[in-house]
This record gives sequence, structure tokens and C-alpha cells, in this order.
Amino acid sequence: MLTVDNLSVYYGAIRALHQVSCRVDQGEIVALIGANGAGKTTILTTISGIVSSSTGSIAFEGEDITRMPAHQIVTKGISQVPEGRRVFARMSVQENLEMGGFILSNKQEIKQGIERAFTLFPRLAERRKQAARTLSGGEQQMLAMGRALMSNPRLLLLDEPSMGLAPMLVEKIFEIIVEINKTGTTIMLVEQNASMALSIAHRAYVLETGEVVLSGSASDLASNPEVRKAYLGE
Amino acid sequence: MFLQQLINGIALGSTYALIALGYTMVYGIITLINFAHGEIFMVGAFVGLLLVSVLKLNIFLAMAGSMAFCMIMGVVIEFIAYRPLRKSSRLSALISAIGVSIFLSSLAMMVFGANAKGFPSEAFPARQLHIGNADISTLQLLIIGVSALLMLALEFIVQKTKIGKAMRATSEDYNTAALMGINVNFVISFTFALGSALAAAGGVLVGLLFNSVSFNMGLMAGLKAFAAAVLGGIGSIPGAMLGGLLLGVAEVFGVAIGYSSYRDAIAFAILVLVLLVRPTGLLGRKILKKV
Repeated sequence: MLTVDNLSVYYGAIRALHQVSCRVDQGEIVALIGANGAGKTTILTTISGIVSSSTGSIAFEGEDITRMPAHQIVTKGISQVPEGRRVFARMSVQENLEMGGFILSNKQEIKQGIERAFTLFPRLAERRKQAARTLSGGEQQMLAMGRALMSNPRLLLLDEPSMGLAPMLVEKIFEIIVEINKTGTTIMLVEQNASMALSIAHRAYVLETGEVVLSGSASDLASNPEVRKAYLGE
Repeated sequence: MFLQQLINGIALGSTYALIALGYTMVYGIITLINFAHGEIFMVGAFVGLLLVSVLKLNIFLAMAGSMAFCMIMGVVIEFIAYRPLRKSSRLSALISAIGVSIFLSSLAMMVFGANAKGFPSEAFPARQLHIGNADISTLQLLIIGVSALLMLALEFIVQKTKIGKAMRATSEDYNTAALMGINVNFVISFTFALGSALAAAGGVLVGLLFNSVSFNMGLMAGLKAFAAAVLGGIGSIPGAMLGGLLLGVAEVFGVAIGYSSYRDAIAFAILVLVLLVRPTGLLGRKILKKV
């Protein structure tokens, strides 16, 4: 479904990614794990077209999207929940969801999308008219996810969904991620919380200083002694 | 006397507000002080004047024509002078804006000459109305009415329409707006178009009010409107409206109580005061550094 091939990205003179290759197949949950600064977020922002790569290519469903502007990539069926949630703080919950459905032209479709988000996250329905900045961290995460789902993506990119959330809430968010995946949305997940990520992912890639150092099925990686030592705190 | 001056102040202040809106909207989206904005206002006044005196259009059609012309001009200026510098330092874009400003006022001087021109008296035959002991000109009512209407229209666009919501989203978070599928370049062009249209309307109204249109009228009006935008809180649309009105009223009352030689200083004294006491302005928000 998504093929990233030999991707290198520089921020000025600083190398953020070095010849990263990875792929996501239809229906999967794929996790990218690694320490802070390993380049996980850069992979997602490059796929989404926010950051441009210096070499390498990204193909989605057979189409080259390497140089496509961010707003067109959304129309191809890729949507992102950015790191730190990035809800539109001064806009209401409803308006945030409407923005998520910006590419939809049919009003009915937008309405259905909002209803679906409210079914998935009933807390948001209660806060529909509130400005997003008044929401708690967990609610903002729900809003960011609901917003990303508005465009009916076939591939959902999630960047650190557990960041700054209480453990109970993290469990809840991950349950919802699995639920979203079961309804047919493919998921690529970036996480520092490696044990949570590996517990729901089918496959995973381990990144270190901008390079893929390990990859395999999530269960294999979870039992790999090096991974256990470096990322699972053993 | 008080009512009289208040109306004078509101009429003048509405024109400041119209111009201030362009500063504040552009700043809200790309954090650039568009120093060419005053010159767009000036060009708007000239285009309105030409449409009235050469094509003999009525004042409302002339204003609409001038707004349309300046919309296109604003979009073109952004495309040529600011877009290529989007990823450079803020200072480069600011210098580019000053360049555009000088270019436009010099061009206007070459084309229209250095002398001020006036609207023909039949453009808007103003009458004086006596309300109580105040003398109010129908021209002032026109200015207040048109400004109010345009600001209501703007408020509707920004709050209720899809493109207006996209403007707000883009001004909050440029990259995340792009992740929603919003074409931020289009949103920026649209913002310039809106701001320039308001400035053009302001230009025609000010041209009528002082019966004077000149190549350098954009400089002072632009600076005062900028002060108004800062007073209201740069980036805030209601702030620009409020700031413009307050500044106009302050200026008129300052003149009325005998400080007429300080007419232009009043706006800048307020600007300095705001920057010292409340840099975020009356309705501005603290800008949180994004990490």
C-alpha cells in the first residue's frame, strides 16, 4: 500500500533520515519505534508532504507522492494525527472536525463523518461547541484522531498518540486504534512507548539516528533481547 | 458638540479599521507586516477616482471596481514579492514589502503627478443633516454604513464559510492546516484579496472624505492603520475594528480639545503606549512559542 524507498531527509546540514526504506501493507498496523530524535516523526511528516526529502521516493497505492504538496496527499487517502495533537485551539470541536473533512465537498458526508467521530468519542459530542483549547489532553488526542478520520483515509498516520497521557487513557486510545484498524483503516504508528506499540502492531521498524536498524513482526521484535534491553526497559 | 465629534471620529475611525483589517489578517496568517498595504489603499483611491471621473460610474460601482482591482493587485503582490521569501527570514519579506510600497507610490506619482486630485463634486453630493445641535454629513453616514457593512460581511466570511474557517485554521497552525487538505497557498492569496479589497474601499471613502487623492496618502494612513491594528491586538480581526474606531475617535477629540498640530502624533503616541503597556493589544492573545 505504502512503499518508502531509500528516503533521506536533511534539516539544513543536519541529517534526519538516512536511506530509510519501509512499507505498510493493506490492513496492517505498522509501528515505528525508537528513541527521541531517531527520525520517527520525520518519516511521517515526509510521507504527508510537510517536509521534503532530498533523495528517495514514497509511493502510495502505486502512485508516486514524493513531491506532491501536502494538501493533495490528503485527497489520495492519507491522513495524519500530528505529534502533540495540534488541534486548532481557538476553533470549536465541531469546527476542528469540519477542518478534518475539508476535502469533502458533500455536506451530508461531513455530517456523517462528525456523527461517526462522536460515536467513536462520545466525550467530543458533549463538548461540540467548546473551543478545543479548553479540552483535556486526552480529549484533544481524541479530537485530533476524530479530525484525521474525517477525510475517510485508507492510511492513518499516528504520531505519538500516547504522549502526555495518563496510563489508563493510553490503554483506551490504543483500544480505539485497534478498533479503527478493524474497520479497515491501515495504520502507521510512531511511538516512544514501545511496549504499547508492539502490543497492537503487526509489524515494526526500529529506528536509530535516522536509520532503520531492525525490522520484523511485532512479536519477534518484542522478544528480541536487544529491543527488550533498549526500548522495553529490561 | 460631543455627538458631532463622536460621529466625526467614528467616520474617520471606520476608515482606519478597514485598512487595519488587512494588516491584521495578513499578519495572522503569515506573520508579515505588509508595509505595502497603505499603498494598496492609495491605489484603491485612484482607481475609484478614475472610474468616477473618466468612466462616469456612480460611486458604489466605482468602489466595487476599485475593490476588484485591488484584490487582484494584492494577490499579485503576494505572489511576486512575498511568496518566494516565505521560507526566508521575516526581515527579508519585510524589506520586500517596503520595496513594494516605495515602488507603488513612485509609480503613482509618475502616472498621476505629485498634486492631489479631488473627486468631482457630483460623485457623492453630500448633504448636511442637523440632528440636535450636531451637523452630520450624509458622507459620514455613507462611510460609517459602508464600513459597517463590509466588516459584517468579513465577519460572516471568516466565521461561517469554509474558506473563512480554513483561514482561521491556517492562521493557528500552518502545517496542520495543510495536513487537513487545505491548500494554504490559496488561503494566503485569498487573505490578501480580502484585505486589499477592504483597503480599496477605505481608499475611496477617504478620498471622498478629504476630497483629496494623492500618491503619498498611503503612507500616513497606512501607518495609522498599523497603529490601530497593534492597539487592537495584531492578528485579531475584532481587535482591528476596535483599534481603528478608538484611534479615529481619539484623533478627532485630540484635535477638538486643541491639539490640532499633534493630529498625526496622537496615533503614534498611542502605538508607543500600547507597545510599552500591553504589547498584545486590547484583544490580542499572548503568542505561545511553538516548540
